[in-house]
Amino acid sequence: MLSCGGFSYEKIIVENLKYKYPDTDQLALNDVSFEVEEGEVIGIVGQNSAGKSSLCLALTGLIPHFFNGAYGGKVLIDGIEVKTSTITDLSQKAGLVFDNPFTQMTASKYTVYDEIAFGLENIGVSREEMIERVDWSLKMMGIENIKDKNPFDLSGGQMQRVAIASVIAMRPEILVLDEPTSQLDPQASEEVFRVIQQLSQEGITIVIAEHKMEKLASFTDRILLLYEGKQIDFDTPQKVFSRDDLHDYGVVPPIFTTYCKAMGMKNKKTNTYPVTLAEVSSLLGGENNEWNKS
Amino acid sequence: MNGIKVENISFSYTEGQPVLSNIDVHFRQESTAIIGQNGAGKTTFVKLLKGLLKPATGNIYVNGMNTQEYTVAQLAKQIGLVFQNPNDQIFKHTVIEEVMFGPKNIGQSTEEARQNSLLALEKIGIVHEADKNPYDLSLSDRKLVSIASILAMKPPIIIFDEPTMGQDYLGKERLKKIMKDLRAEGVLVLSIIHDMDFVAETFERTIVMNQGKIVLDGPTREVFSHEQLIRDVYLELPHATQLGKQLGLKQTFLTVDELINFNRKKQ
Repeated sequence: MLSCGGFSYEKIIVENLKYKYPDTDQLALNDVSFEVEEGEVIGIVGQNSAGKSSLCLALTGLIPHFFNGAYGGKVLIDGIEVKTSTITDLSQKAGLVFDNPFTQMTASKYTVYDEIAFGLENIGVSREEMIERVDWSLKMMGIENIKDKNPFDLSGGQMQRVAIASVIAMRPEILVLDEPTSQLDPQASEEVFRVIQQLSQEGITIVIAEHKMEKLASFTDRILLLYEGKQIDFDTPQKVFSRDDLHDYGVVPPIFTTYCKAMGMKNKKTNTYPVTLAEVSSLLGGENNEWNKS
Repeated sequence: MNGIKVENISFSYTEGQPVLSNIDVHFRQESTAIIGQNGAGKTTFVKLLKGLLKPATGNIYVNGMNTQEYTVAQLAKQIGLVFQNPNDQIFKHTVIEEVMFGPKNIGQSTEEARQNSLLALEKIGIVHEADKNPYDLSLSDRKLVSIASILAMKPPIIIFDEPTMGQDYLGKERLKKIMKDLRAEGVLVLSIIHDMDFVAETFERTIVMNQGKIVLDGPTREVFSHEQLIRDVYLELPHATQLGKQLGLKQTFLTVDELINFNRKKQ
């Protein structure tokens, strides 16, 4: 499969990926295959230990280059094969936001500002551009007010935003986020998803593992459903969340979908249930729209 | 009866920058959620309740003990706090040793501590990981270890800081059950939490904090009927509440089951 600069081509290709951590007997990823186009936003869902974090690590090369273990199949990131490449090369293409922001902090910088500049220093970006990119990241994440603080004096939610800022400052073509909003308040989570939306509109390809189904339903193009390392489905949020067997995989759909399923409110054209409040509203034919106006 | 009485307290880390001001509240039996934007002062507040910090002015009584007059160790039998970041709490080489550490420190015998710890791990669903190194576990399981460590101490008051962080559907359901069981056993359960759906489904009382003050305090259903105020403090309504409004219903719904039952009866 050759990918070359068309309008939309496969930014990520995963082919029969299998992976097992050292000293374990179960495959963490078991025959996963999917392709993602440039600028798409993909949500990974599944219960804990389904393989979400492992897949995030595999897309950014930490599997197999940092974690070792048994590896089979192929992952291509913007045409580069992960297995035969290095983390250094991959880090210029794909950025990873860890699930624990603590893990992301370098512990070698005394201010949030320098922490965010760390990655840029390592790839030899000019001073002017560095300042421009750090300021842009601070602004995107709404954390200009804490730029002079020590990263380890921050609250969990603030640190999580610094972690995301430090990765987007690198302007990766592919951004992989592992539960990036787990410690954020509702509005801050919403803001992170809006930033993700904006970045995808700028052509950045995004993969995000999350438990917040309502957010994924609103902000992703397609959902990858994993269970015990296996790929169960890869389709639109409407199709995946309408599955009758979703519960068997330890996943519940957005509350809006649960309600519509119970009430038999199906979109007859697509044969799927609504996944967002807006879709419920349009299914009701725009009635009871008081709430939207306020 | 277990309770925490907070009498008009104020607190600041740096002089002239109050983190909490004039907080006056009484926690009795109801399970209570503490919600608010990042930086509202929630974690500082629970650290004061636990006695890790002392108020600059005012007093806090934990089961009658003034936190100003007792050490954290003396208060530890009365009140347990599960930290937001499990890494702040975990330091032993195996899960079981980690969970037994607290119980042994408040005077449980080794055997008693082991039994309570295994029971707590069982309850939280990770007893099969008892002999593993906590740092070989995922972040979400490490969070469960930190919760089990507090449960095993059996304090009459337990405070959780973001217990659902990183938990999947089953993990959240299990936590919900644990909190409801604790409540039924007479344990006073308080929790800082950002997951509004979980708040709506689990807690009887909800306290909304903003900029170091309590701006709303009442039964959870009543609190979530104040839509504008909830938005003004950068929170959002539970999804079921949003859906109820979208459907044009006047009542405040807290769970999707309530909505389904209500509309089925109507049909």
